[in-house]
Amino acid sequence: MKYVDEYRGNDAAHALARAIARATTRSWCIMEVCGGQTHAIARFGLEELLPPEVTLLHGPGCPVCVTPAETLDDAIALAARPEVVLCTYGDMLRVPGSIGDLRTAKATGGDVRVVYSAMDALALARGLPDRQVVFLAVGFETTAPGHALAVYQARREGLSNFSLLVAHVLVPPAIAAILQDEERRVDGFLAAGHVCTIMGTAEYEPIARRYRVPIVVTGFEPVDILQGVYRCVRQLEGGRAEVENAYARVVRDGGNVRARAMVQEVFAVTERRWRGIGAIAASGLGLAPAYREFDASVRFGLPQAPRASVEIDGGCLSGLVLVGKIKPTACPAFGTRCTPDRPLGATMVSTEGACAAYYRYRRSS
Amino acid sequence: MCLAVPGEIVDVVEGDLRTGRVSFGGVTKQVCLAYVPEAGPGDYVLVHAGFAIAQVSEAHARETIEELSRLEGEGA
Repeated sequence: MKYVDEYRGNDAAHALARAIARATTRSWCIMEVCGGQTHAIARFGLEELLPPEVTLLHGPGCPVCVTPAETLDDAIALAARPEVVLCTYGDMLRVPGSIGDLRTAKATGGDVRVVYSAMDALALARGLPDRQVVFLAVGFETTAPGHALAVYQARREGLSNFSLLVAHVLVPPAIAAILQDEERRVDGFLAAGHVCTIMGTAEYEPIARRYRVPIVVTGFEPVDILQGVYRCVRQLEGGRAEVENAYARVVRDGGNVRARAMVQEVFAVTERRWRGIGAIAASGLGLAPAYREFDASVRFGLPQAPRASVEIDGGCLSGLVLVGKIKPTACPAFGTRCTPDRPLGATMVSTEGACAAYYRYRRSS
Repeated sequence: MCLAVPGEIVDVVEGDLRTGRVSFGGVTKQVCLAYVPEAGPGDYVLVHAGFAIAQVSEAHARETIEELSRLEGEGA
């Protein structure tokens, strides 16, 4: 077993689609909160397999998309400093800040480097003792343990030229924020499997109970996603609102205990602004007080107060897309004034953004 | 962003930080194994941004496949 091809089979996908159709008697809206799942849904055309009563909505599951413009502004300002090497994941390069992006910062002489892992940035810091290596730490709970370990290791090694510019976000507060909206369309959620790989499932229990919504922990392959939808529909049709794990091959109820402990050691929960949504209380991670010296915003004296960043607008409705109020294709700018080459909003920038995924795979529909 | 790929551990180096090589269908990469202390050569782990974040449970994977086989048998 290689744990990939087994979950991409045509027969299994169609069997699940038939099972979903048999189980469905009413209209249901199910939201995934994971850019990887959004991308797979668009890429494999999974919505085409579902009965017309079942609508998939794409939530704020792409950390690249929800990173606020002011974080990009900070990264661009740091990259302009001669002593700084700004390290980032590749998909952050084209995300628009208030003015410009990291790609233009690099083109105008900034030392911006794409890394695959926080450990690569740490290795750069070891090899460049005369430079300041700043890692732009974006991501959900899945990515936080790696970033935490890099900081922990930097402190152990006494590396004084490594720091993080942190814009970490957490999934459960975003789900709760969407559910608090009285005009919400969402009936059930697919919880992001890899976030739960780290965090387990306990955080979702109070949300499922309080808002009476089923939450099904779901994987990323097409068959995984259809299975998540199937289990969610079965709960909805049966009047149940439970947390269910449809991704047990990697998600344990308690998550990854070691990874969670490292996140708790290095990070602390904080308020975070989400691009297109606004501030959500206790929805992000920042460095814990004991690790403040590794906070790039402290080290370089960046503005601490929330700023009114200039959101590129031009009729962009990505905020409504992110909370499941509209589908990407309902935005008048979609595919005309807003394309992956010239994005108006961040959901069109990252390949895991709902708009970019629809543009790439579903323009004709 | 949270993309994670299952791969097979080829070897393990028990150092200051537990690391090792993981094979993804023949392509090997150096991966941090600190968060999967029980996993050894031959085991499958889920790798995200250079870190193994979980060991894949073969027993649970088989359960899912069997459930799917049952569905394929129903109302085909």
